[in-house]
Amino acid sequence: MSAIKVFVPRDSAALALGADEVAQALTQEALTRAMTVELVRNGSRGLFWLEPMVEVQTPQGRVAYGPVQAEDIKSLLDAGMLEGQKHALYLGLTDQIPYLAKQERLTFARMGVIDPLSLTDYEALGGWAGLVRALKMDEASIVQEVSDSGLRGRGGAAFPAGIKWRTVLNATGQQKYIVCNADEGDSGTFSDRMTMEGDPFMLIEGMIIAGLAVGATQGYLYIRSEYPHAIEVMNEAIKRALNAGYLGQNICKSAKTFSLEVRKAAGSYVCGEETALLESIEGKRGVVRAKPPLPAVAGLFGLPTVINNVITLASVPLILAKGASFYRDFGVGRSQGTLPFQIAGNIKHGGLVEKAFGLTLRELLFDFGGGSRSGRPIKAVQVGGPLGAYVPESQWDLPLDYETYAAVGAVVGHGGIVVHDETANMAKLARYAMEFCAIESCGKCTPCRIGSTRGVEVIDRIINDNNREQQVHLLRDLCNTMLSGSLCAMGGMTPYPVISALNHYPKDFGIEVHETEKV
Amino acid sequence: MNNTTDLTDSVLELIKLHQNTKGALLPLLHAVQEKIGFIPPHSVADIASGLNLSRAEVHGVISYYHFFRSEPAGRHVIQVCRAESCQACGADELMALAEKTLGIKTHHTTLNGEVTLEPVYCLGLCASSPAVQVDDKLHARVTVDKFKSLLSKIGGVDHERH
Repeated sequence: MSAIKVFVPRDSAALALGADEVAQALTQEALTRAMTVELVRNGSRGLFWLEPMVEVQTPQGRVAYGPVQAEDIKSLLDAGMLEGQKHALYLGLTDQIPYLAKQERLTFARMGVIDPLSLTDYEALGGWAGLVRALKMDEASIVQEVSDSGLRGRGGAAFPAGIKWRTVLNATGQQKYIVCNADEGDSGTFSDRMTMEGDPFMLIEGMIIAGLAVGATQGYLYIRSEYPHAIEVMNEAIKRALNAGYLGQNICKSAKTFSLEVRKAAGSYVCGEETALLESIEGKRGVVRAKPPLPAVAGLFGLPTVINNVITLASVPLILAKGASFYRDFGVGRSQGTLPFQIAGNIKHGGLVEKAFGLTLRELLFDFGGGSRSGRPIKAVQVGGPLGAYVPESQWDLPLDYETYAAVGAVVGHGGIVVHDETANMAKLARYAMEFCAIESCGKCTPCRIGSTRGVEVIDRIINDNNREQQVHLLRDLCNTMLSGSLCAMGGMTPYPVISALNHYPKDFGIEVHETEKV
Repeated sequence: MNNTTDLTDSVLELIKLHQNTKGALLPLLHAVQEKIGFIPPHSVADIASGLNLSRAEVHGVISYYHFFRSEPAGRHVIQVCRAESCQACGADELMALAEKTLGIKTHHTTLNGEVTLEPVYCLGLCASSPAVQVDDKLHARVTVDKFKSLLSKIGGVDHERH
């Protein structure tokens, strides 16, 4: 009898819920029962409330069980898990789990399906097809393809990737760089981490293509220190890609060269800002640079640099493989393609949902998320990370696209969605936003450095009803200064959660509703 | 490794290893901290001269980044995520429990040098909040009971008060 393939995820979130112990118990028990099992440590499918989710390869397809703990293994094997039989933790065919079946997985198509470090798996499921095509194209055509796809920066700023790349292509410099921003510090986001841990070759392929497109031969992957597993997987993947001839000199026997190096960050949130990140790679304090010059013109070590987020670069192989129009046909208006939304916080079914732009928050919260985990009504939803606005129920039916959200003073950002139930105190969360900004500010510009500290004090006075009406006025004025006077998004967007909390939940600040004014 | 000469030797060795890297300072500091557990203040001068930087520049970088330590951490490091997603799922209670149980505030180490308590701003496990890291091991969907058992496993209950 040939070995039956059993998949136990190695994604950090699965590990944090006992996946290693499950894998160990399975190996041990299979040995005791003289069962031949081939254990594959895959990435996560992104259905985190079911993690650790164990899958078994059957003639009908992969069958899932979850959430599995080590002590469940005996009863699972007794019930016939290896033949895909029913059990209390039985979830049916993985592909038919509604949460997955309803998604449009383009970038995350291989996520949780493959062994992340298997070059064979990667190639079998469409890997390297984009690179192979790019190697036959000239630089400008690759840039044009990315431009035509409508791909915009997925890190939050949503700047058109093609325009950025063209600027670097047209810039002159003795050396150009590709920098991948993997400093995913926003609470509620984990799609970069999943990509690095679950499908690292996709990111490597995207970076190589970016290098070919703009004439850069050196890439840096800046990963936060809080992601040790991602760092480990990426380093190993780079080594394997190099040995297989995808990196280094003569990529795929062409005359092209591209080298890639991981740089470990050191716990500074503001280094997720592109210029602070470049300073950090250069070995300096992560202090934001004034723009211009743009990094595309004078970036890393003063040379032309493409700096993109993980998901932006990871979207590129598919765009090259299937063509710009394939990707562009997903989405709405100027928000084209898909976004891996991340549903987090107080939510029953937290996880990763890749969908075309244009679905609503309500669909994510209830059709996918299943409502709050606590069972209490959802009060506020922060979209787009710690610097994103709190979106009240009246806006949950708006389509999730960059322009619609911008029009109501909110941001889609990196697609992180943090759910709070009715026990949340929005004044406390607004205070936290200011406090976080004070801790993480790089200190270069005054509105951010001083404004955040004053912001904490002013919110404290509002909460304690110390001349509340005047202090509310002062807080709005301060937020306005930070919004327009800060050098980067750290100070410039901290007002988003603060003002949205104040506008939509005035009672939490002790304000009678008629007192509020709109910004 | 508590002998100053040994420490200096290992730092000098690491400097040699990283000297020719572009933007060497962060990789070097990571290497030093990984080897020694912290970045000894007396090594700043060596690092500065090895990379042709001023001592102020090196000190500035060490003190800027939360990850770098200038003194050893406790034998165990407990990190409690304090970001929004975990806050929405009871992280504040976990932090309060840790402070009470260990008798220390965040960023401090118990007097016996056993445990250091740190806040962390996102471990990237936000769909399974709240999250905690004990040494190298991640824990998600941490309940008060689960956290109590984690704390007792590292012997955190009977420490001297700070």
